[in-house]
Amino acid sequence: MKARVFVTLKPGVLDPQGKAIHHALEGLGFAGVQEVRAGKLIELELADGTSDDEIADMCRKLLANTVIENFKIEKLENA
Amino acid sequence: MKSAVLVFPGSNCDRDLAVAIREVTGRDPAMVWHRDSELPDGVELIAIPGGFSYGDYLRSGAMAARSPIMRAVAEAAGRGVPTIGICNGFQVLTEAGLLPGALMRNAGLHFVCRPVGLKVENSQSIFTNRYSAGEEISIPVAHHDGNYQANAETLDRLEGEGRVAFRYAREVNGSARNIAGILNPQGNVLGMMPHPERALEPAHGGTDGRRLFEGLLEAVA
Repeated sequence: MKARVFVTLKPGVLDPQGKAIHHALEGLGFAGVQEVRAGKLIELELADGTSDDEIADMCRKLLANTVIENFKIEKLENA
Repeated sequence: MKSAVLVFPGSNCDRDLAVAIREVTGRDPAMVWHRDSELPDGVELIAIPGGFSYGDYLRSGAMAARSPIMRAVAEAAGRGVPTIGICNGFQVLTEAGLLPGALMRNAGLHFVCRPVGLKVENSQSIFTNRYSAGEEISIPVAHHDGNYQANAETLDRLEGEGRVAFRYAREVNGSARNIAGILNPQGNVLGMMPHPERALEPAHGGTDGRRLFEGLLEAVA
């Protein structure tokens, strides 16, 4: 079983990297980009039957720093 | 004074810190490897050095904060053992939950490496008793992730409880309220981004860091 964990900065937390990416996009001539927020994607290969609670626990204890980051879990059952 | 300096893979200020501690206290600290699960008996100071523990993988300090030795550090700090985290050590302390907030990428995105002016905000702590409140000192910084952030409520609490130990005299990295170093509620844990161990003797270009170690020695002895 595979799961994907998306780690993103909480709304309101400044994202200097996102800002730099935004400037670079503008520099390449892409107009109309309103905002860029950068995050992380972590792919987990898991034993079948790993519970949602366990994955959420992994996120809270290590994968995300919940002071500044949110996480979202996406399970890919047949992947 | 019996002290311990933690060593993680990727620490690079551990020996500088050990030299500073030896210079001031006259005693070599124990160098404690991250896989150890115990600190030396009767340790009176725990020092977490700067560097790039675990290559800053995932987040600066994230891996080190979950290493075996940090359970012993949390237990000792909880008992009141003075604990100082410098630079990466500060990041480790926030990741371990021993200090609030988080250290994010510098607002200017650049690695900042230069002496900076620091305002001493609290001169009553065991770490800062040799400084005067409001005094401006010069201590080098060298970091990429020193942008201190916490929610407004946490920041207000830090300020209200006198737990902001040092503040940048001028903007350095985008830190909320220019915070450079903070204390835990009990005052026995200090995290700071600037490197006092790099301002110990005139050859370093300044000696303002020395008093931090001298004050600690006096407070602990």
